[in-house]
Amino acid sequence: MTPENAPPATEPNAREVVLAARNVAKSYGSVHALKGVNFDIHRGQVTTLFGENGAGKSTLMKILSGVIQPSTGEIILDGQPVSFANANDARDRGISIIHQELSLAPNMSVRDNIFMGREIIGATGVDFAEEERQVRRLLTELEEDIDPLTPVEELRLGQQQIVEIARALSVDSRILIMDEPTSALSASEVEVLFKVIRDLTAKGVSIVYISHHLEEALTITDHAVVLRDGNMTAYAPRAEIDLEWIVRNMVGENYDLGSPPDSDQGEVALSIRNLSVPDPAGFKLVDRLSLDVRAGEIVCIYGLMGAGRTELLETCAGRLRASAGEIVLEGREVSSLSIAERIARGLALVPEDRQRDGLVQTMSVGQNLSLASIARFTKGFITQRGAEKRLIADTIREVTVKTSGGSAAIGSLSGGNQQKVVIGKILATRPRVIMLDEPSRGIDIGAKAEVFRLLAEGARQGLAVLYSTSEVSECLSIAHRIIVMHKGRITAEFDSTVTKEQIMAASGESVAA
Amino acid sequence: MTETTAATPKKKNSGFSLGHLLLEGRAFLALIAIIAVFSYYSPNYFTVSNFLIMSSQVAIYGILSIGMLLVILNGGIDLSVGSILALAGVCAGAMMQGITLDAAGVILYPPVWAVVVLTLCVGAAVGALNGVLIAIFKVPPFVATLGVMYVARGVALLMTNGLTYNNLRGKAEFGNTGFSWLGFNRLWGIPISVIVLATVAILAGLMLSRSAFGRWLYASGGNERAAELSGVPVRRVKIVVYTLSGMLSAVAGLVLASQLTSAGPTAGTTYELTAIAAVVIGGAALTGGRGNVRGTMLGAFVIGFLSAGLVIVGVSSYWQTVFTGAVIVLAVLMNSLQYGRGGRKS
Repeated sequence: MTPENAPPATEPNAREVVLAARNVAKSYGSVHALKGVNFDIHRGQVTTLFGENGAGKSTLMKILSGVIQPSTGEIILDGQPVSFANANDARDRGISIIHQELSLAPNMSVRDNIFMGREIIGATGVDFAEEERQVRRLLTELEEDIDPLTPVEELRLGQQQIVEIARALSVDSRILIMDEPTSALSASEVEVLFKVIRDLTAKGVSIVYISHHLEEALTITDHAVVLRDGNMTAYAPRAEIDLEWIVRNMVGENYDLGSPPDSDQGEVALSIRNLSVPDPAGFKLVDRLSLDVRAGEIVCIYGLMGAGRTELLETCAGRLRASAGEIVLEGREVSSLSIAERIARGLALVPEDRQRDGLVQTMSVGQNLSLASIARFTKGFITQRGAEKRLIADTIREVTVKTSGGSAAIGSLSGGNQQKVVIGKILATRPRVIMLDEPSRGIDIGAKAEVFRLLAEGARQGLAVLYSTSEVSECLSIAHRIIVMHKGRITAEFDSTVTKEQIMAASGESVAA
Repeated sequence: MTETTAATPKKKNSGFSLGHLLLEGRAFLALIAIIAVFSYYSPNYFTVSNFLIMSSQVAIYGILSIGMLLVILNGGIDLSVGSILALAGVCAGAMMQGITLDAAGVILYPPVWAVVVLTLCVGAAVGALNGVLIAIFKVPPFVATLGVMYVARGVALLMTNGLTYNNLRGKAEFGNTGFSWLGFNRLWGIPISVIVLATVAILAGLMLSRSAFGRWLYASGGNERAAELSGVPVRRVKIVVYTLSGMLSAVAGLVLASQLTSAGPTAGTTYELTAIAAVVIGGAALTGGRGNVRGTMLGAFVIGFLSAGLVIVGVSSYWQTVFTGAVIVLAVLMNSLQYGRGGRKS
């Protein structure tokens, strides 16, 4: 589409390509996660994939590592078309992947995790001594002082990530795919990881790197590939690109999610004062944070993974307990109330993970919609069917859920419509303050725009809206105010005239390269 | 794959719905089949009096399995129902024998209605103990109710020293006669126990389909996290569910003691397994969130009519055990077929 979208294979002087994707597409039912992507991995170089959530990065990586099969297109390994039966098949051919979500068994030791499924068998069963020796060597290489016999659950998240990396290194891969390897690492651990990456590339190992941390990724990468909505929008070597180029290609120019509604901003509806939330280890997930949201105002919280956004919102909703601070809803302290009581007072959360926390899969669309407000139309013992039906029909129309009716199975809806059901369920409780944790996660751009239109409409009617996102373009849409969170604190606050670069700069630590 | 999109949606649809119908109505069809087969083999099977006798036997399991259904819908399991049944029977028996108050030097003979109410309270209290252990102290349901199963059985044995209360008829001069009414009398020709079962079933059915509590129960069984975030009081739901299960066990204990006019501490052993089997045959998912009273009732009648039929036809009781086991496994197989298909569809 753009001139930058030339197929990479035609580039002259490309170093030896070890693995390539040709017109790879992947569909899940009617959802097109990838729409024909071309992609090269060069020997001994780092290729970074940039793209927002839902752009198709993880899908592409899963295809390259054999976890899933492409719907169409082919994978070319060393010039030969191949198809991987599964992840083990790909691993046997030298391709391994470090997943974003950790896949370690927490009850087992570091050593057992690293050799899980491919234990070294000696004359008398598993050769634990040899395994331990190899693990020690790997961990020394990674400059991480972990005893191989420590159970993984006793390690910090960052250390667990190191174990995951060690496991991938232990199989002598030629191609190593890293999906957000630094999201839980400290700055010094990131530096060590980058040193390891440079060592590996010097040995001829090819790295595919995915990160939301753009500046960090720029310090390590040799090539950049940008995906947007399942298409590859740009491809260039490191020398020709900068941060601005990445953002422009990631987000696109004509990406309109609406603008802040000109609503009347009233009294402070939700006031968070000096809120702290500890994690089990005593580390602060939210650190003395204060924030006010007015009626009719839309506030966006931007932050990277692990910034504490989810914990902040879940604490306000009542799922997590704060260690200190106050949550004040329309002048009344609500910290001691249950989730149900907070919903009754008008403070409700649309959770981040709608499959796990938002929907009851065994119930119909209508039953999900009325779940949070069913007590309202129950007189004595029996619910009033008419009132419930009316509520369901009204909500389906209001939030424009595309469904055959209230009795349809929830699983028959697309991701975007499922998300609208979760939002509709909360709106049906007639909240005064609605909090949404990553409301756009895993839904397509059309549904995204509709969700944002709904929120803007709510604000116009006096609803206070607080939503979180990890996508910059979503900050610059309907929000009146943008809060940037990092490590549990607010690091910056902007009004709606801010630029994408300013937000990104405020969101993360800068890594000295 | 051969008939994917074009031309044949209609045919595929009708084929699916026939299979679907067979799958949906499997418990009902099984019941019809059982009745047909045994009526063929024995002339005594297909008679009104036999059906009434069989139904009054089913009543015990049926009442237990409704309580079990509530627990299973919530995603739990209650192994203590058989023991609570015995404990309730023994409590009722003890009260019928008279409560000796040493301090006052008198023996109290509570009237039958008071015995019934107090016994139900005992059942509810033990059930509530289950609920509190599970909801507040986060003991896994299997373990909590396993422990309570032993404790309740042990208390029942201690109360009677292992013996059985044989005379529950009461004496006219003490004003506590009428206990056997539950087990022996009939209303409009129908045994009281069957009427109790029907009442419990209708109330439970109404609660599940029409009350907010029923919806909360399905929701917290289907996805507890989502239910909690929607403001469902998931812990309270849990405690109430186990309390109801305990109370229904006490109802079954009263009916059984009344039918036998005796109450023994070993009554109801392994009844919890029969109750679970009835719920599963009735199409409920052990993972929670799916199932209904109608199915569970069919399940209870399938088990009851099958074992009664085998007795009437004269099959060895060892074979009965084999048959019952086979039916249960078959039912679970069908369940996974149904829910597996439901999942893949869409």
